[in-house]
Amino acid sequence: MLHEIKSLLIDKFGSEVIQSENPSGLQPWLAIKVDFIEKVCHELHDNPKTFFDFLSCLSGVDNGPQQNTLEVIYNLCSIPHKTQLTLKVIVPRQTEDGSLPSVPSVCSVWGTANWHEREAYDMIGINFINHPDLRRILCPQDWEGYPLRKDYKTQEFYHGIKVEY
Amino acid sequence: MTTDLRDYKFEKELLTRSAPNKTRLQDLKTEEMILNMGPQHPSTHGVLRLELVTDGEIVVEVIPHLGYLHRCFEKHAEALTYDQVIPYVDRMDYLAAMNSEHAYAMGVERMMGIDKNIPKRVEYIRVLVSELNRLGSHFIAIGTYGIDIGAFTPFLWLFRDREHIMNLLEWASGARMLYNYVWIGGLLYDLPVGFEQRTRDFINYLEPKLEELYKLLLENKIFVMRAANVGVLPLDLAINYGCSGPVLRGSGLKWDLRRIDNYSVYPELEFDVPVGKGEMGKVGDCWDRNWVRMQECYESVKIIKQCIEKLEGEHKRTPVFDPREFIPKKLIPSAMEYYVRAENPRGELGFYFKSDGKKDKPFRCKARSGCFINLSVVPEISRGCMIADLIAILGSVDIVLGEVDR
Repeated sequence: MLHEIKSLLIDKFGSEVIQSENPSGLQPWLAIKVDFIEKVCHELHDNPKTFFDFLSCLSGVDNGPQQNTLEVIYNLCSIPHKTQLTLKVIVPRQTEDGSLPSVPSVCSVWGTANWHEREAYDMIGINFINHPDLRRILCPQDWEGYPLRKDYKTQEFYHGIKVEY
Repeated sequence: MTTDLRDYKFEKELLTRSAPNKTRLQDLKTEEMILNMGPQHPSTHGVLRLELVTDGEIVVEVIPHLGYLHRCFEKHAEALTYDQVIPYVDRMDYLAAMNSEHAYAMGVERMMGIDKNIPKRVEYIRVLVSELNRLGSHFIAIGTYGIDIGAFTPFLWLFRDREHIMNLLEWASGARMLYNYVWIGGLLYDLPVGFEQRTRDFINYLEPKLEELYKLLLENKIFVMRAANVGVLPLDLAINYGCSGPVLRGSGLKWDLRRIDNYSVYPELEFDVPVGKGEMGKVGDCWDRNWVRMQECYESVKIIKQCIEKLEGEHKRTPVFDPREFIPKKLIPSAMEYYVRAENPRGELGFYFKSDGKKDKPFRCKARSGCFINLSVVPEISRGCMIADLIAILGSVDIVLGEVDR
């Protein structure tokens, strides 16, 4: 199934759309070039052959300073076809101007991506372009840093309260 | 070193800095105002803060503010071995801890490649305790929903019946709510001797009580008037917002992961998947969601009966049976990524694992909680309703803040 979806995407967007893939293993995945992810999701959502209408999960992963990459993982599910697919976007951890790494938002495809992406922004520090409401969701709005980064250090004081105990 | 609380100085701006309102005063129309509901509001079922923009009694916009119960589950999981995470999984959805444990253990077993070795008796016990816990969880959902809209009696009746489930599970695991009973590769203990008979007695006691409850609450005229045609969630919106569990089934889609994924021993068991039909109003209203929960109680009873039969017959207790026989000595999955999903009382519970193949701790463990996602649809369906109906809508989605905030 992964092979079919891969050829379908290459037919539509050209061969540069696939960055890498892992065809074997328990759950194979496709890594999509970051600029294409929104278009690819629209295509997978609308195409009657795939029809991935349900976004099960969207998670951000920090691979640590050594690999120096961040990932966004999209676990899609198709209700009529009863199939599952894992997509992935890999971006470098640092940008040239020191701002957060950016990934296009998929809120226009699935409404559920809204809160998932807010969580990924809150925990990993990924900026989702064109997100309607990118605020922190679980941490307080004035929290410093992104807790699930591998090199995260807690701030010393929060509102005059010592954080480390 | 302890924190010296004398250093803390109260400043009024600190409150607004940590959780500021999204709506700005200058953007409001003349007749609108901001109303703050929660975090300590009984109808928010925990600590949830809702920022409402209202026009008189009518809700214009709802903005949920979460995170008051955030206990850093995912950060903790990265620092603990796979088996040590289980007690933390319990504390996510504390009303359905068995179901969460089952999903978590299943995911790690599949990553280790030992999911085919698990003895049938272990799987049947897992399903039995999960379904008992599902009953207890739905009892709280229906009971507190009654309280939300003004019916006090069903709440007390359901807590009385849930007490028996608590006692049963306490007998098996030693704890009343947070069990740590389902382990990766097995169970903490076998069921105590006589558990099957006592469960059967409980089911015999429960069945007439369910009928009673249906007549008392679901068919009650006041209840129908408060819940029917309120908070109608159309199916396309529910799918687009990733709703799952009774919320999605209430909108009329037959989507139950126990049947779709056929995990554990569910393919060997006979049960139906109830879906909302709009008997009292439109399909997908608050009444339908509660009706689906009520019907699922009957289905759980069916599953429990079949499990007891199997546990007393085909897979009965033997002196040599050891529930810890297949628990791996070393829990180090090879380098991989895996997303496991299972049907919890509150919808699809998913765990996304990433393992680096070297350590016995997850490199990343993300929990996809059903009611976190179900809550995100509440602003969409409660625009234009009355403030009192917002309580009814929020209750019908059935959130547990422990799982929303993790």
